[in-house]
Amino acid sequence: FKNNLAGTVACLSIVHTLLIKLLVKPVDCLLLSHGAELIKKRQLEKDELRPLYMDFQATTPMDPRVLDAMLPYQVNYYGNPHSRTHAYGWESETAMETARKQQVADLIGADPREIIFTSGATESNNMALKGVARFYQTKKRHIITTQTEHKCVLDSCRVLEAEGFSITYLPVQKNGLLDLELLEASVRPETSLVSVMTVNNEIGVKQPIKEIGKICRSKGIFFHTDAAQAVGKIPINVSDWNVDLMSISGHKIYGPKGVGALYVRRRPRVRLEPLQSGGGQERGLRSGTVPTPLVVGLGAACSIAQQEMEYDHHRVSMLANRLVQKIMSEIPEVVMNGDPEQRYPGCINLSFAYVEGESLLMALKDVALSSGSACTSASLEPSYVLRAIGADEDLAHSSIRFGIGRFTTEEEVDYTAEKCIQQVQRLREMSPLWEMVQEGIDLKSIKWTQH
Amino acid sequence: MMAASTGSQVISLYRMMLKESKKFPSYNYRTYALRRVRDAFRANRKVEDPKTVERLIQEGQQSLALIQRQVSIGSMFKTQKMVVE
Repeated sequence: FKNNLAGTVACLSIVHTLLIKLLVKPVDCLLLSHGAELIKKRQLEKDELRPLYMDFQATTPMDPRVLDAMLPYQVNYYGNPHSRTHAYGWESETAMETARKQQVADLIGADPREIIFTSGATESNNMALKGVARFYQTKKRHIITTQTEHKCVLDSCRVLEAEGFSITYLPVQKNGLLDLELLEASVRPETSLVSVMTVNNEIGVKQPIKEIGKICRSKGIFFHTDAAQAVGKIPINVSDWNVDLMSISGHKIYGPKGVGALYVRRRPRVRLEPLQSGGGQERGLRSGTVPTPLVVGLGAACSIAQQEMEYDHHRVSMLANRLVQKIMSEIPEVVMNGDPEQRYPGCINLSFAYVEGESLLMALKDVALSSGSACTSASLEPSYVLRAIGADEDLAHSSIRFGIGRFTTEEEVDYTAEKCIQQVQRLREMSPLWEMVQEGIDLKSIKWTQH
Repeated sequence: MMAASTGSQVISLYRMMLKESKKFPSYNYRTYALRRVRDAFRANRKVEDPKTVERLIQEGQQSLALIQRQVSIGSMFKTQKMVVE
C-alpha cells in the first residue's frame, strides 16, 4: 500500500484523505491514482432525467426576462455602440447607456459615469487590484486583503507581489468574518488599497463592509469589494458603504455569462492604470467594443434584481431554513460553516462529519452540487476558505455547498434534503471511522500519518 | 370599487398569464412563472386607484407577451425532464 502511494502522492495530508477514502470506498481509489479529478465527466443520455440544480453560487440560469431584453440586440440591432455616424451605432449606444444608468448604477446607488463594463467579476477584480496598485506605486506599495477572497483576487495579489508590492493576507475569525481591529492594526502609511469581498462564494458570510469602508475612508485608503455574490441579492449602496471600487458579475444575478462591471468612484477620484490598451472605450479604462447584447442583459438582470430583491430574499430564506432544518433534524454531527447571522441565506455550506465530501457528491448524482468554488471543485485539496476559518482538515474534506436561488422550488429542496440524509447515513454505516466514533474512540488520538 | 369591466379585464389577464406560464417546458421557469404571477396578483389585490390599476394591467399585458415569446423559445430547445418532475 505504502509503495503504491509513494510514487503518486507526496503530501501527507493527501495520504490522510486517501486513507479515509480507502476505508470508505475502495473503488474510488482507482480513479484517484490517475489525477486529482474525482468525479467522472459524463454527458446525460437522451432519455435520462436531469439532475436538479443546487449550485447557484457557481452560476445562475438566465432569467427569461433577461433573454427577452437581449434578443433584439442579438438579432437586429447589431450596431457598434461606439459608431458615431449612423443609426445602428446610436441605437446600440442608447441601449448601452440605459443599462449603465437606469439599471446597473441605480442598483448600487452610483453615478452612471462610475460604471465600467467588463467581461466579468474576474476582470473587474484584476483591473481594480492591479490598476490601483500600479497607478499609485511610486508612493504606496502595500495592499491588504483577506485569506478567504476569491482566487482571482489572491492571484492578482501574487502577481503584484512579484512586481515588488507587499501584500497582507489577513486571516479571518472562526465565523469567517474579518476582525476590524486587526484590519486597523495592519494599515501602514504606504497602504494604497484594501480589498475585502462582500459575500463569500463558499460559505456565504457577509463581511462588515460598511465598517471597513469607514476605516478605509478615515485613513485615506481606497477600498475595493468583490460583490459578485452580493449584488442584487442584498441591498447595496456604494455611498453609504464608502466603497471606492466594486466588482459585479452578470451570470451570478440571472444575467448572461461573459459580462460584468466595475464601479470606480469619481469623488474622491480613484485612478487606475488600465490593463488593456486600444480604442479607449469606457473612459479609457477598458478598451474594446462593449458587447451591447451582454450589457443589455446585465442591465435587465440588475433592474429585475432590484425589483425582485425583497421577494427573492424572502423566498430564498424560507427555502434555506427548510433545507437546513430538514437535514439537521435527521442527521447528527452536521456543522454549518460560517457565521449563522451575518450571511446571505442562499449559500449554505455544511460539513458532514465522518463522510467524505466527494463521495457524498458522487452519491448525490441526482443533484447538481459542489463542495466549494467551481474553480477548485472535485479536487483533492480541501477548500482554502474552510481552512482559513479554522475548520479541521477532516471537516473541510466533508463539506458541501448548497446554493438556493430564484428558481429553486420546495420540491427540489425536499428532494435534496431527503437524498442527502439517506446518503450520509449510508456512507456513515460503511465507514469504519463512524463505527469507531460510535464505540467511543476519540479519532484525534490516532496518528494516521505515522510512517 | 373597481369598474366591472376593469375587474373582468384583470381576471382574464390573470387567467391568460397562468395558462401561458403553464406552457414553459423548463420545470424551473414554469414553476417560477406560475408562482410569480399568482403572488403579484395577490399582492396587488387591494389596489383601487384607477391610474395604478391601469398601469398594472399594462405591465401585465407586456409580461404576458414576454411569457408567450419565451415559451416559444423554450419549446425550440427542450431538454430532458428533471428528476423531480
